[in-house]
Amino acid sequence: MDPECSRLLPALCAVLADPRQPVADDTCLEKLLDWFKTVTETESSLQLLQDHPCLVELLSHVLKPQDVSPRVLSFALRLAGAFAAQEDCFQYLQQGDLLLGLFGEAGALGWSAWSIPSVRSGWIQGLCALAHHPSALHFLADSGAVDTVFSLQGDPSLFVASAASQLLVYILALSMQGRDAGSPIPEVAAWPVCAQKIVSHVQESLHSTAAPQVTQALNVLTTTFGRCRSPWMEVLWGQLSPLVASLLKRDPIPAAHSLVDLLLSVARSPVLSSAACGPWEILAQTLHRLSPTQAGPLALGTLKLQRCPQELRTQAFGILLQPLACILKATAQAPGPPGLLDGTAGGSMTVDTLLSSKSACVGLLCQTLAHLEELQTLPQCPSPWPQEPLLDAAVIILRLCDGSADPSSSGAGRLCGTLAGCIRVQRAALDFLGTLSQGMSPQESMLQVFAILLKNLESPESSPTVLKKAFQATLRWLQSSVKTSGCSDLSPDALLFLGELFPVLQKRLCSPCWEVRDSALEFLTHLSQHWGGQADFREELQSSEVPMLACQLLQDPESYVRASAVAATGQLFSRGLQATPTSSENLQAQQGLLMDLMYILSTDSEGFPRRAVLQVFTQWLRDGHADVARDTEWFVTTVLQAVSRDLDWEVRVQGLELVQVFLTQTLGRFRPRCPYAVTLPEATSPTPHPEFLRTLCRLPLFEFVFRALFDCDRPVAQKACDLLLFLRDETAPSSGPQETRDGPNSASVEVALQRWQEGEQGQPLGDLEPEAMLALLRSLDLEGLQGKLAKSSDHIEKSPQSLLQDMLATVGMLEENEADCY
Amino acid sequence: MKIRLYCLSGHPTLPCNVLKFKSTTIMLDCGLDMTSTLNFLPLPLVQSPRLSNLPGWSLKDGSVFLDKELKECSGHVFVDSVPEFCLPETELIDLSTVDVILISNYHCMMALPYITEHTGFTGTVYATEPTVQIGRLLMEELVNFIERVPKAQSASLWKNKDVQRLLPSPLKDAVEVTTWRRCYTMQEVNSALSKIQLVGYSQKIELFGAVQVTPLSSGYALGSSNWIIQSHYEKVSYVSGSSLLTTHPQPMDQASLKNSDVLLLTGLTQIPTANPDGMVGEFCSNLALTVRNGGNVLVPCYPSGVIYDLLECLYQYIDSAGLSSIPFYFISPVANSSLEFSQIFAEWLCHNKQSKVYLPEPPFPHAELIQTNKLKHYPSIHGDFSNDFRQPCVVFTGHPSLRCGDVVHFMELWGKSSLNTVIFTEPDFSYLEALAPYQPLAMKCVYCPIDTRLNFIQVSKLLKEVQPLHVVCPEQYTQPPPAQSHRMDLMIDCQPPAMSYRRAEVLALPFKRRYEKIEIMPELADSLVPMEIKPGISLATVSAVLHTKDNKHILQPPPRPTQPTSSKKRKRVSEDVPDCKVLKPLLSGSIPVEQFVQTLEKHGFSDIKVEDTAKGHIVLLQEAETLIQLEEDSTHIICDNDETLRVRLRDLVLKFLQKF
Repeated sequence: MDPECSRLLPALCAVLADPRQPVADDTCLEKLLDWFKTVTETESSLQLLQDHPCLVELLSHVLKPQDVSPRVLSFALRLAGAFAAQEDCFQYLQQGDLLLGLFGEAGALGWSAWSIPSVRSGWIQGLCALAHHPSALHFLADSGAVDTVFSLQGDPSLFVASAASQLLVYILALSMQGRDAGSPIPEVAAWPVCAQKIVSHVQESLHSTAAPQVTQALNVLTTTFGRCRSPWMEVLWGQLSPLVASLLKRDPIPAAHSLVDLLLSVARSPVLSSAACGPWEILAQTLHRLSPTQAGPLALGTLKLQRCPQELRTQAFGILLQPLACILKATAQAPGPPGLLDGTAGGSMTVDTLLSSKSACVGLLCQTLAHLEELQTLPQCPSPWPQEPLLDAAVIILRLCDGSADPSSSGAGRLCGTLAGCIRVQRAALDFLGTLSQGMSPQESMLQVFAILLKNLESPESSPTVLKKAFQATLRWLQSSVKTSGCSDLSPDALLFLGELFPVLQKRLCSPCWEVRDSALEFLTHLSQHWGGQADFREELQSSEVPMLACQLLQDPESYVRASAVAATGQLFSRGLQATPTSSENLQAQQGLLMDLMYILSTDSEGFPRRAVLQVFTQWLRDGHADVARDTEWFVTTVLQAVSRDLDWEVRVQGLELVQVFLTQTLGRFRPRCPYAVTLPEATSPTPHPEFLRTLCRLPLFEFVFRALFDCDRPVAQKACDLLLFLRDETAPSSGPQETRDGPNSASVEVALQRWQEGEQGQPLGDLEPEAMLALLRSLDLEGLQGKLAKSSDHIEKSPQSLLQDMLATVGMLEENEADCY
Repeated sequence: MKIRLYCLSGHPTLPCNVLKFKSTTIMLDCGLDMTSTLNFLPLPLVQSPRLSNLPGWSLKDGSVFLDKELKECSGHVFVDSVPEFCLPETELIDLSTVDVILISNYHCMMALPYITEHTGFTGTVYATEPTVQIGRLLMEELVNFIERVPKAQSASLWKNKDVQRLLPSPLKDAVEVTTWRRCYTMQEVNSALSKIQLVGYSQKIELFGAVQVTPLSSGYALGSSNWIIQSHYEKVSYVSGSSLLTTHPQPMDQASLKNSDVLLLTGLTQIPTANPDGMVGEFCSNLALTVRNGGNVLVPCYPSGVIYDLLECLYQYIDSAGLSSIPFYFISPVANSSLEFSQIFAEWLCHNKQSKVYLPEPPFPHAELIQTNKLKHYPSIHGDFSNDFRQPCVVFTGHPSLRCGDVVHFMELWGKSSLNTVIFTEPDFSYLEALAPYQPLAMKCVYCPIDTRLNFIQVSKLLKEVQPLHVVCPEQYTQPPPAQSHRMDLMIDCQPPAMSYRRAEVLALPFKRRYEKIEIMPELADSLVPMEIKPGISLATVSAVLHTKDNKHILQPPPRPTQPTSSKKRKRVSEDVPDCKVLKPLLSGSIPVEQFVQTLEKHGFSDIKVEDTAKGHIVLLQEAETLIQLEEDSTHIICDNDETLRVRLRDLVLKFLQKF
């Protein structure tokens, strides 16, 4: 602990112990505790207490709780726990009966403040902290704390209840510590008393008819099996698994969610999954017994296991597919699709179960679709994957949602009534459909998918969120169609689809709902990014009015839309897709786009469009786009002039990015590198090309970067610093500081920089000669600046010293107020 | 007495029903089914060579006697005559007996002149002020549209049953063509409207002391109402054209519909699968696309209602879509009045719009559109409009059936170019049928029906909320629409199942009147001596004269027994009063069979047998050949002419009963 903190500590302890000086802010105490924890990680707690008797005084003071606020009580309990985590310190505190006074029956439990949840929570966390050594175990057993923890498992405060379960897990693990080495693990009856007590409490709870108690027991076991990997767990599971299995015989099954968590935790445990009494049988039984909604997460968890019997995987997959199989069966889409209805449990579900209520049906379908979506992207994805039936199911669900399904049975009719217009299911199904694009699909299925996607994109009933999902799914399917056709061109089906897609996109770009216009523009950007170079795509796009509409949306009243329009037109422009070549008016528009974007950059009142413009410009510069390449210096000058005045720091960072691209390109132009040249490292050391330096000095580039270096927004300054470091390394790497004042006007520049650093940004930098620039670069302590900037802006405020001072100052201020009042 | 409902219209959104409730006859709405006009040729404002040169239709056998009346266009046959309307049923009930007509919204009063002027109707019509004013505008527009294109010919030959059989569909299947009538005159409209008495929401209107009717806000249109018709013990709610969406009118009052015995539900959305928001989006997108391409947009519409919301949407949309320079024209003989009326009915508007009035700002933004010259309105295409007309433009005009009004001219003018678009927003007419006489048509057609009335999900929520005992509705609502027979969600689903009606049907509403309120005069009440027969329940006998007048019932003290007068001339009053007989005490209580048998045995009866029956017991005195039937509400002693025995037994029975 640094001396300054040591000096402040007594005063702080006095403040904490003084009930007349309440601590206004809980977060101070949390920070203080965190600090003590870090201190005790590196220093001896015993030494700390001996050096600072005020701490023990504070803890002793708490023994008279009527004088202490609940916040400080809770803090003191946790602090005592943190100190007592070290065994010697524990002994030290024990000598004064301080720990018993705090945690024993005469301590916190008897205080009136015990009724306050934060005090109970502090008590548990204190014990959690100290339960780290055998002495603590004896203390816990002797003080009767374990029984209190049992009762706190049912605490009305969820935080307290959950912490109590955690503590039981700690105590159990602590009791069993050291029993893993070598000798075989004895039966539970021969375990230490404390462990036996906890196990029998868990057993009792599992026997209980009250669901909350069963849940508590299951949660304790889940955490235990999840965090330890010791062989004694096998004995524990061996003892308890029959009890867990007996839960399945009850109707309804109590605490089904916790049971699922426990079984998955057991199955994931390397010790237990390979044990003789492994969880597989009970897992299979549970999958069979749980309702479809409850079984879904268990089935998914099972399929995600690294090691698992194939039979169980098949069963789990069957369970997961059940609702979709049921829908396919009801709508008679597939009389017997292989792999989907064949599962052992596949036929057990009827439409009636699915349709028990609308919310249940919607919930189950959304869950199933999300689970399958997650599964498909995993390496554990079941094989063979029933791609076709799943595609059919996704399509029929979407058709049920938009009312276009033609149900042949009454069950399907009811499904249609239930799902019609259900946005949640539509979104989930579109997401799933998008994921399915990764698999191989036959041509008929592709056509079916394109048809339903088009329907969703076109329907006036599609909500903006559904549309967005439909756009995303469409993009993925178009990408997959490229894959299936074997070359980078779009397949003929996809092309036909595009022909129908553009009129829809046109309509969506005119939507009165800005979210729709925005999604449509984003979609257009992606489309042209992927296929902008392909003749068929270009033809379809250019024969539509989409490019013209996108251009008009640059003036949209909604800033998000303008930003997306900037990105889309920028993309179209760089692909030469801006307008049809026949229209001379559009040709003019094309030439004017650069100016339009410049105008947005300098005048738009919102940040998003301006950021988008800079991204487009950076990309254009990077790609060497004709309009930019024609006069790059003019382009960079104009952009930097606009950006330097911008109030949005992200725009300024993006401006620096553009500068970086420009520098790299210019540097490359003046120093062409030949990858095959055999040169010694010394020979490649850069010597700045005079023309390169002149170019840089001609532009307002340095002024921009130097101003950015002292920007009040840290990311801007960091980026500028990196950029200058790059430039210095490229131009003046070997020079020493002695050359600092060589330049003719470097002194005046330095004065200007000094002022900027002090916050006076008004003074211009003035003209800069290349030599002065080089001198300046060398004179600046850029590394030092980089180090400073790397620290977060509040690193000074975050220091423990500052924390202690703040806490004292707050109290001091309270005193002043008191003085004012009387 | 049962409550009957006479169903005069089969159109679910243009209802006309008559409710006979207590002693009143109440007509609920008088909607006019104008779909009949789709069978007629359009009335062109400007001479249309195309329409006037259409070939006459001839029968299969070549006979051409109908060629003057029927014309053929693109495979469809149309009547070349002034359009006619299908009236509500007039024969089912004598309409002169109707006491009052309750109007729920301006679309549901278009048949009013036919009823009030031609059936001997002498009653009163109740409606809110906006309903009357805007209803007048709709009628005025309709009369104007039809009268300004005089047509000499009135076709009637085709209506002959034998001839009609030979015609192609849909003329062949048109129902009750003989009852179709030409449009009324402005004089008839004025006379009909003069019979209307204005009412406000929640105002209680007494009808002959028997029934109270109250209009409630229905949220569908300016001044639109649902009605509550109630007596002291019965409540019928009439829900017609209601909306839960937030548009311009005051929101729907649902709470007052609770505790109804019967809820009569009409006027649900005609397009249950289309969500108005989506349709408005579709409308705007198509409008923008057309105009950007240099095309014109035609919106056939009524001069009031959805047009206000559309103009409001466009107000927000045109700038974002870069359409600020595109002129919007609203052409109707009543355009000016409609736009102005909408701004003055502040108290009938939704809260949002009401509060604007206090700023003060016009509640609807179309005022600003007019001020900035973006929206211009004209009474007709003639006159100023032809000077100002600029293309591309957007034109709102009537009539949505495309059979009369300025819209006919624009269809003829713009129909040939595929750049133009006609966007249908009114759900009342099938757009394909409306377009039939304009075929072949190059212009684009977009169907975005905007119907803000309740859909089936909203109905099911409403019914759960207000929980009526019975629901009565048009038969169309009790099954899914024919085109979507699998959509079981597109019908009313309630318990008990809704009672359905169709045109020309008479329903006995499923509840019986069981109670009637009777007042008791204070002096009579004073004379009563209640006796407590159970804790909390006291009874008293009342002898009084029941006086009934104007459906009010009053118990008055009976007149004192008049002394026989010497005068032969007796007062008329006492003639009416029945003689007051000496009153026997009333009995109450029940007879415990076992104790009764014991008592009988005590009194010397032997050989007693007791049989249980469905309603009570029979005590058999075998020896005396006597039978005592004890039932819940009666006791009979049956013995053979042994009066003394009967009296003895009677006295024994009486011992167990209380007298008062």
